[in-house]
Amino acid sequence: MNRRITVVENILSANDQLAQENRARLDAVRLLGLNIMASPGAGKTSLIEQTVRRLAGQLRIGVIEGDIATSLDAERAQAAGAASVQINTGGNCHLEAQMVRDALNQLSLDDLDLLIVENVGNLICPSGWQLGTHISVLLASVTEGDDKPYKYPTMYRGVDVLLINKVDLLPYIQFDMDYFRRGVEILNPGVTTFVLSCRTGEGLEAWLDWVLQSVQQFRQADR
Amino acid sequence: MHELSITENLLELALKHARSAGANRITDLHLVIGQLSSFVDDSIQFYWDAISQGTIAEGARLHFRRTRAECLCHSCGQRAELTPDFTCPYCGSPALQVLTGDEFYLESIEVDFPPIPESEET
Repeated sequence: MNRRITVVENILSANDQLAQENRARLDAVRLLGLNIMASPGAGKTSLIEQTVRRLAGQLRIGVIEGDIATSLDAERAQAAGAASVQINTGGNCHLEAQMVRDALNQLSLDDLDLLIVENVGNLICPSGWQLGTHISVLLASVTEGDDKPYKYPTMYRGVDVLLINKVDLLPYIQFDMDYFRRGVEILNPGVTTFVLSCRTGEGLEAWLDWVLQSVQQFRQADR
Repeated sequence: MHELSITENLLELALKHARSAGANRITDLHLVIGQLSSFVDDSIQFYWDAISQGTIAEGARLHFRRTRAECLCHSCGQRAELTPDFTCPYCGSPALQVLTGDEFYLESIEVDFPPIPESEET
């Protein structure tokens, strides 16, 4: 006898379940988690370095670095003053909730005010996997071209915050900011956006203020 | 690359539902995948054939229902499929809002059950 069984369940629901458990662990110690996603070379590690350095003395920051190989990024984050853990995905193109769970075990969560997860550099894969972090941040850079929202709609749709990096290079390249932002607006109306350069520091203050404010709001919120 | 991981999750999900229904064979899986989801049918099928071997889902057929990325035009009020340049195909306006296309779920599975043994006379 053949019978049809209705399922209607997200294909990655097992990962979602683990992500919920990660979230509960962070909530229990009132630790805000950011998931930073971007293509390779957009400046994720530079952003994290700058954020850790400039907020030193105000926030104790933990960093989980996801990479296919090497621990270079974790070393950079550590040198900037963060407690860092490296995850090598061994070829996997994105982080999964279970990898973050293992990394959380290596951090002293009680002693942190902010957790930053740097996802593997990739504009496709990370978007499908929830990690348990509270806020998804996409770091775009103007050198990638202004057509990226049109080509990678899934990534642009699912994020809460968009950073546009390397704007100090705008005079030297062809990048139509209006075209870029129009694509973003259609996919993700009203997404919180910061335009900055991690190299020159232009626009960083607004981002840092937002981080501080978000941590504060998160701590005060009932959960 | 990520299709392997997706396919492993798909197999686990299907097996879980088949087991809890008491089925002994999965014959078909019906998937709904939105146009804005970045997953490749052929790639999922390729991994499926490999990893379903030796399970009760071996040889099961995968059916993909692709849903369109539909948007609403705030200028002319029409609903239309999202075009590559994100403008309304009716009036050319860029004032669009995406409504559908993110779907990514297992809708249903078709399963066989073991034959019910005839009760023995005492």
